[in-house]
Amino acid sequence: MDLTLTTYLIVGATFVLYIGIAIWAKAGSTGEFYVAGKGVNPIANGMATAADWMSAASFISMAGLIAFLGYDASVYLMGWTGGYVLLALLLAPYLRKFGKFTVPEFIGDRFYSKPARVIAVIALIVASVTYVIGQMKGIGVAFSRFLETSYEVGLFAGMGIVFFYAVIGGMKGITYTQIAQYCVMIFAYTIPAVFISLAITGNPLPQLGLGSTVMDGGYVLETLDNILVDLGFSQYTMMKGTTLNMFFLTMSLMIGTAGLPHVIVRFFTVPRVRDARLSAGWALVFIAILYTTAPAVGAMSFYNLINTVQPGEIGAEEGNLAYENVPNWFSRWEETGLLGFDDKNNDGRIQYYNDGNEAFADTAAEYGWNGNELTVDRDIMVMANPEIAQLPNWVIALTVAGGLAAALSTAAGLLMAISSAVSHDLIKGVINPGISERGELRAARIAMAGAILVAGYLGLNPPGFAAQVVALAFGLAASSLFPVLMLGIFSRRMNSAGAIAGMLSGLSFTLIYVFVYKGWFFVPGTNMLPDTPEYWLMGIGPQSIGAVGAIINVVIATLVSRATAPPPADIQELVESIRVPRAS
Amino acid sequence: MASGNQEAAMAYWKENVRLLITLLIIWFAVSFGLGILLAPVLNNIAIAGYPLGFWFAQQGAIYAFIVIIFTYVFKMNALDRKYDVHEE
Repeated sequence: MDLTLTTYLIVGATFVLYIGIAIWAKAGSTGEFYVAGKGVNPIANGMATAADWMSAASFISMAGLIAFLGYDASVYLMGWTGGYVLLALLLAPYLRKFGKFTVPEFIGDRFYSKPARVIAVIALIVASVTYVIGQMKGIGVAFSRFLETSYEVGLFAGMGIVFFYAVIGGMKGITYTQIAQYCVMIFAYTIPAVFISLAITGNPLPQLGLGSTVMDGGYVLETLDNILVDLGFSQYTMMKGTTLNMFFLTMSLMIGTAGLPHVIVRFFTVPRVRDARLSAGWALVFIAILYTTAPAVGAMSFYNLINTVQPGEIGAEEGNLAYENVPNWFSRWEETGLLGFDDKNNDGRIQYYNDGNEAFADTAAEYGWNGNELTVDRDIMVMANPEIAQLPNWVIALTVAGGLAAALSTAAGLLMAISSAVSHDLIKGVINPGISERGELRAARIAMAGAILVAGYLGLNPPGFAAQVVALAFGLAASSLFPVLMLGIFSRRMNSAGAIAGMLSGLSFTLIYVFVYKGWFFVPGTNMLPDTPEYWLMGIGPQSIGAVGAIINVVIATLVSRATAPPPADIQELVESIRVPRAS
Repeated sequence: MASGNQEAAMAYWKENVRLLITLLIIWFAVSFGLGILLAPVLNNIAIAGYPLGFWFAQQGAIYAFIVIIFTYVFKMNALDRKYDVHEE
């Protein structure tokens, strides 16, 4: 069957499934709309959390990032999983015991302060909106690339489907569609991975395949190290950045992960405190299935790509692939612009090497090479995999459905966090506390619809700074939300003045540091220092600064709270009560 | 609240915090320790085709995180029962 038709059928089938779930999971109360009635099974919530968490970037781009960065990409692997340890141990069970609907609500109640709640809402909205733009773009791109529609039509289709299940079902609808989306996504990711691992190493488990030998002898990683060095790159398994920056980037991603409200709120949906702990463990298991597969996909598809263009001896003329003999998938991806060939030395063959390495320039000249001729978009490492491994059309179609599932599930979770912050924290919490249950449910649905429209608008007109702002989402969550949530649980003495001072100082330090290198409010040309390692403070890049912001937040909050009056007795009792699982 | 109850609550919290600190030290050691700070040294040792530091950074740390969380779940459930604060 024709590939486009197969893709339509499979993507269509998944969409019908999501709509069916939405009709089944209609929300009847604010409790169902905000936290799925607190009745989600912990394993099911683990799956939903995994889908909520793994975005279009995790599914489509991460393996490619690993392929081109090698060892240095470990920051993402460790950072985006290690955060779950912080979440499980330091936040999830206690916030579940608190037992209300949103993250800003906890901050507002614990610090008995509406301004604190409003600051938390602002941090939440900035972090979530920047994040959702990327998902919307992912949906539009997936449609336009594979379903032969325009970007806009794809985006509208995605918005329509999210609209349907998020507005009707709220958190309840989102939870059960996320479970379905997790299943689609994980099959779509692991099936091609198993086949590529089998093809290259003979071992069906990608996690073990990456440590195995390739068909003609050496170990995969060793072979990759050697080829890359011979082509003027540095070793795949070696550190290229600085230890300090890697350290802080990993720490920032971990703390940011634990502080992102759309993830935290998932743990409000399980019945008991012990379920919240267990659920975090399951979430990480489901995430790890993809995250431990990704390094194998990255390394093996990169190995495959290099072997395709450099099938013979490096330096010998016939060692490079003649352009007229490129495989079908090569031509197909060239049409999309994700692969590019420019025959700089006019020999009709493809040379892929590091032309930025001055030490390698003489060798390249000796070989008769005149610059790198192959440009590769990193997304191709996942999207072209099934074709490179010569898998049937339905697997290629499943990969498209998987990418869409990843983008839709994360978008829905983010939109849920945004809309509940508006309807529950701003409307019910600050503007109109007397609103009825029915009125709030209606407000929640309207806020959801509004959030989808805003996200759609930003997806259609993505601000130029969108890519940079995603990194900022982690910095914001790390420097503003995580520290005060943790202090609110672990320090009985922490008061509202301390929390507000902590949030504002952590937030402003991080924002200013990022703006100094990325431009004020991301306006190009307004940066005060060039964004290169030699100008970074102690070599810590703007993406890695969130952890420092978190430390500043904790220090300032502690100092200010010690200098001001302790929180009232009922607040100290609240802290005591969230520390024990059983309701008293 | 009776003073006996309060003492029990304090002891429960102390044990909880001690468990957290132990687990967070392991969390730090497997990721930042073995995966980043000691990775260049560990890379001289290879297990199967994996340089050890690289393995910790891209595989081992993630497995360790899972073990840490399930250990926490198991130990906390036991602690809840010991102090009779578990949910029904």
